[in-house]
Amino acid sequence: MAVTKLSIRSLLCLIFLGYCPLLMSAVLPDDKVETLYHSYSGGGVEVTGPSVLVRKKFLDDFSVSANYYVDMVSSASIDVVTSASAYSEERTQYLLGLDYLNNNSRFALNYVNSSESDYEANTASFKISQDFFSNLTNLAIGYSKGWDTVKKNGQSDFSKDANRQNFRVDLTQVITKDFFMVLAVEAVTDEGFLNNPYRSVRYLDPTVVLGYSYQPELYPNTRTSSAVSISGRYFLPYQAVIRSEYRWYQDTWGIDAQNIELGYIQPYNDRLTLETNLRYYNQNQADFYADLFPFQNAQNFLARDKELSAFHSISLGLGANYHFPIHRLGFDKGRLSLFYNYFKFNYKNFHDLRVVTTPGEEPLYQFDADVLRFTAVFLF
Amino acid sequence: MTKTILIKVTKIFCLFIPLSMGLSSCSNIKPWVKPYQRQNLADPLMDPAHNELASAYLEHVYEAREGARGATSSGGGGCGCN
Repeated sequence: MAVTKLSIRSLLCLIFLGYCPLLMSAVLPDDKVETLYHSYSGGGVEVTGPSVLVRKKFLDDFSVSANYYVDMVSSASIDVVTSASAYSEERTQYLLGLDYLNNNSRFALNYVNSSESDYEANTASFKISQDFFSNLTNLAIGYSKGWDTVKKNGQSDFSKDANRQNFRVDLTQVITKDFFMVLAVEAVTDEGFLNNPYRSVRYLDPTVVLGYSYQPELYPNTRTSSAVSISGRYFLPYQAVIRSEYRWYQDTWGIDAQNIELGYIQPYNDRLTLETNLRYYNQNQADFYADLFPFQNAQNFLARDKELSAFHSISLGLGANYHFPIHRLGFDKGRLSLFYNYFKFNYKNFHDLRVVTTPGEEPLYQFDADVLRFTAVFLF
Repeated sequence: MTKTILIKVTKIFCLFIPLSMGLSSCSNIKPWVKPYQRQNLADPLMDPAHNELASAYLEHVYEAREGARGATSSGGGGCGCN
């Protein structure tokens, strides 16, 4: 049982238009081996796993990349404990990428496959990046298309399709010798089976002891979203960096969201760098979301996914990077990094059903989460 | 609603290209940061992709638990200063 299925699609969107490669200036990415161990713990959900990324140039103008990523999920989330049973599962993801550099232009092709017991996702993407204006301006345009198959454990004949397209433009502009900004615009369209096959909504039912019963969620078959962000980095006179980001989001399901983030990076000495960041996120609810519907089949579309409810969250991050020389196996230098992030989620209209009382008067749900990331990077 | 958003996004997209082309072709505006002045811009601390896997994973954590998606800063276009 997987209440995080939509997150997989989100990850794939992220991978294709942002993750690989991240910095699309007209140079090929460095040759490297990068490993990550990640851990998420919060709201009854534990997710851990490794990731390995390898990049290597060849024939002067090409670079190939491969990434292996695993999520090992153990979930007893609020959704699971109130309407299903705890579960464990594993998701495996493979990425293959090719970059080609031609003068001031860079082309990137990526393919990703993600597989688990009840969800299969494939995505292909293309991105082109061009430097202009004596390399002070960079324009990157990306497109990706995804084909997902949604399945349901315990029901072998259940199979639904969900297709997705992403369009993205990034404009990066050097403002001064210490400051650059990025304006990003991204549109995403989904079509197909977009809800979770396991999740239910609740509605008032005076015929049962609890006072409410459940029925399956029902989402629209299409969703189109647009997001615009502006971000920047400023190199301070004393060798530190301050960064910031603001993003505005809107979609056809009625969700409006904004987030703002501030970060600070400070070298301690030649080898050690410390960093911190603070992020605030706020969204309203989808048009067809309700914590408690007045009766069965109250609307054409029904949702009680807390990710579609109104809430705000805040996260605080701390991190350290240790750089060191290494002259073995062809490597030139390495870096060890450790990051910790604390999250606090406060829901405005999603109630905690573990508390039994008059329907609709349960306390509002909230939870904390801890995220750990440990990386080891070896550069050729 | 969908059509309105798509029209808005298309308009914004269309603004990007002439903007960049204009910057590159306008002879009255000279590049104001010379190549020898880009040491700070090329510093690894200024690189959003400095911790590629770790950054991508954190964006995944955000997107998995939020309704919003897309246009995250991890997809930046780079400063072209290498």
